[in-house]
Amino acid sequence: METPAAQVLPSRANALGSASMIGSALPFLVLLLIGLLFPLFGGGYWGLIATRACVYWVLVSGLNLVVGFAGQIAIGWVALLTLGAYTTSVLAAGNVLPELSPYLALAIAAVVGAVFGLIIGLPALRLRTFYFAITTLGFATIVTQVALAWQSVTGGGVGVAGPIFPEPFSSQWGFYYFCFGLAAICTWMTGNVAASRFGRALTAIRDSEVAAEASGISKPALLGPVFLFSGAVAAVAGGLFASLQSYITPDAFTLDLSILFFIAILIGGRGSILGPLLGTILLTVLPEFAAPLVAWSTFLYAVLLLVIVLAMPGGIAEILDFKNRKPLESGRAIVPRPELLARLLGAPANAGALTLEQLAVSFGGVRAIDNLDLEIRPGQVHGLIGPNGSGKTTTLNVISGYYAQQHGAVRLNGVALPVFARHRRAQMRIARTFQTPRLVGSASVLQNVMIGGTIDGEGTFVESLLSLPRHRRDEIMLRDTAMLALAAVGLERLAAVRADRLQHSELRFTEIARALMLRPAYLLLDEPAAGLSAEEIGRLGALVVEIARAGTGVLLVEHHADLIFDICHHVTVLNLGRMLAAGTPAEIRSHREVVNAYLGG
Amino acid sequence: MVASIVLSGVAIGCIYALIGITYNVMFSASRVFSFTAGTLGMLGGVLGSLFISRMGLPIAVGFLLALAGGAALGVVTEIVAVRPVLKSLDQHLYVLSTLALALIVQQFTAIEWGTDARPFPRLFDLAHGVFDQQFWLPMLACLVVIVGLELLYRHTLVGHAFLAIAEDNFAARALGLPERGLRIASYALAGVIGALAGFAGGEMLLAFFGNAPMLTFYGFVPVALGGMGNNRGAVVAGLLLGLFQQAANFLVGGIFASVAVFTVFILVLLARPEGLAGAALPRRV
Repeated sequence: METPAAQVLPSRANALGSASMIGSALPFLVLLLIGLLFPLFGGGYWGLIATRACVYWVLVSGLNLVVGFAGQIAIGWVALLTLGAYTTSVLAAGNVLPELSPYLALAIAAVVGAVFGLIIGLPALRLRTFYFAITTLGFATIVTQVALAWQSVTGGGVGVAGPIFPEPFSSQWGFYYFCFGLAAICTWMTGNVAASRFGRALTAIRDSEVAAEASGISKPALLGPVFLFSGAVAAVAGGLFASLQSYITPDAFTLDLSILFFIAILIGGRGSILGPLLGTILLTVLPEFAAPLVAWSTFLYAVLLLVIVLAMPGGIAEILDFKNRKPLESGRAIVPRPELLARLLGAPANAGALTLEQLAVSFGGVRAIDNLDLEIRPGQVHGLIGPNGSGKTTTLNVISGYYAQQHGAVRLNGVALPVFARHRRAQMRIARTFQTPRLVGSASVLQNVMIGGTIDGEGTFVESLLSLPRHRRDEIMLRDTAMLALAAVGLERLAAVRADRLQHSELRFTEIARALMLRPAYLLLDEPAAGLSAEEIGRLGALVVEIARAGTGVLLVEHHADLIFDICHHVTVLNLGRMLAAGTPAEIRSHREVVNAYLGG
Repeated sequence: MVASIVLSGVAIGCIYALIGITYNVMFSASRVFSFTAGTLGMLGGVLGSLFISRMGLPIAVGFLLALAGGAALGVVTEIVAVRPVLKSLDQHLYVLSTLALALIVQQFTAIEWGTDARPFPRLFDLAHGVFDQQFWLPMLACLVVIVGLELLYRHTLVGHAFLAIAEDNFAARALGLPERGLRIASYALAGVIGALAGFAGGEMLLAFFGNAPMLTFYGFVPVALGGMGNNRGAVVAGLLLGLFQQAANFLVGGIFASVAVFTVFILVLLARPEGLAGAALPRRV
């Protein structure tokens, strides 16, 4: 079954991976070198600026995962800087407890920051974008007010002295190297996360939460560790900030600072590490070149934000993305290689049948589905056809947990599927595609497909953060499987291309590849042929037939009657939510009512 | 004592409710929440103080100019920060663009007007104590706006058109309604209401650039709790917020009053993300 070409594939993927990895690490190495040698050519004042840039980046690197990757609009992250600064300073000064070593104080601040990062972040799981932005804004004002009021601990408006780190970090350059070291570690850690299944899952939540859920990504389980990490590094940055300032008062922590952090990420570009790093350096250094403009700096940042949002949403990262500027070859054809499917999908797991029993769903007074019975068997293609509004997609959405039925049940091997609980569908190996393809436009095709295998990774968030062996094994496994899936649907040549550069038909096949990553027992396809050419529809049909032959049960919602009759084992016809007919393609084709209502004379 | 808590609570609650209505009017026209709502309130106070105290214009002229300033910012919001990103609502770019515009206006005010809170002129010299104008002006403004909006929406053709757009944008456009013109008009109206809130509450809040983020937050609380686009809900929730805040102010002190407001806000939202009076929207797949 396996062709020689197929065996070559994974190693080619690895070569591709390591070559691009060296290329993408180069700017970081240059920055590392500049940072290490900086004391040789920087004067005293520039040392201060460079230290400040490092401190800011420690915070921004963590916030970047929240804002740039997960797409959560957290404006008030300065609250965590404030919290870390005060915790470190107060503990090191001995205002409450006996004096602690500044390192211990910094570590405790990190823990406090992690807890508060989670508390500030939690509303993001329930609230809409603007609501979350407002709550972080509220939090930022509250923390400053508490710092002002709690005089016995924080010193109120008078303030408190920042911690002083002992030798060798007490001198200016010593402290610079301390901050620079932490900044470098943060860059490395967030870079690891960005290149892990967690980083990809975050971008999936940002750009298409629905697709993320269908791939089994649970938002709370994913965002929890991210908020903990982001809060911890923000608080560490606060401790460093307090030491750098040597004395802190509540008015050191203005909302302007928060805006700077936030805008640094957007200027840098969402979903990038290098972009926000450059953005942070830029925004820290910029006011120094234009001393008269210092008072106007926040005004200018705001103007910059508006310009970025309206004219250049991709930020610096998009400007630096040279390899995606090359034109793609035109007239490229999608040539699936169904023979690879057996290897990709493995031995068919005997999942039992997926059945709908007397299913009824209504919206308000409208019966969208009325008393529908349907059985999808492993290894068969089940067609679902009917005019617009007949309840086809609604049926699919009930199976994948978006709508709740009022009556009846969806059973997998006799066990009722829980209502809602969308991300659990993936664990049951039920995969789906969407009527309009839902992909992460700024990620590569390969990364998009890898998102489909997120739940098969074994490493934890911490293991990815530190690039431990299990994380690296996961990555190799996901990359190889995704290349295989791409080869199976005929898109492996586009693996490295940004998904938003693809043609419509290529997006559809990419979605199928992503769904195949789950090694689905059941695959739900929502109008996969819409917008495809006749030739592509033929290839799609052959692919679907082979997917079923590998043991997967397929539910095919379609308008193209020819495709349905060509490849389905069984067809159900819906009209106004009711089952009009069910049977083999031959029976349906001669069913008088169906011909009258739907197929036409 | 109780009387003064209730009075100041209702008065400040009216200001929050008016900012909430400002959010709502913009939201109804465009499905967009704008960070400039609080900025409009701040601007009403600053412009009032600028025109009347500093430039010595007659009160009526200063009042109208302040409202005109609010309307202008409303229109600018629509043109600069809302219209360009309406096509991609699902990307939530409006959060960023309106935030940017709000910051631009706020920082400009901070630099040109100064970062100190300046007094707002006393408009009438009628009574002090319980019947002081600083209490009844916001109440009057709130009443006028509610009644005015009710009359506008129920009894005029333009008002019907506003409602049609709020209900179903596409259907309204298909009917041939000038959707863009109505949206600009809505934003101008929202600007007037926001500036009116800041002007009427000027004596309480003073002419201070820092009112912008404060009002942006406290003005959104009534919207979130009262339900999006629901003006009556906003008024009820605004008054409750004002009373709660003033009572907490008196009982536990100013700082912890804001902590209390914030905590209650978060807890209520987590329990009912659609607000106390709102209905959950179904998700689109």
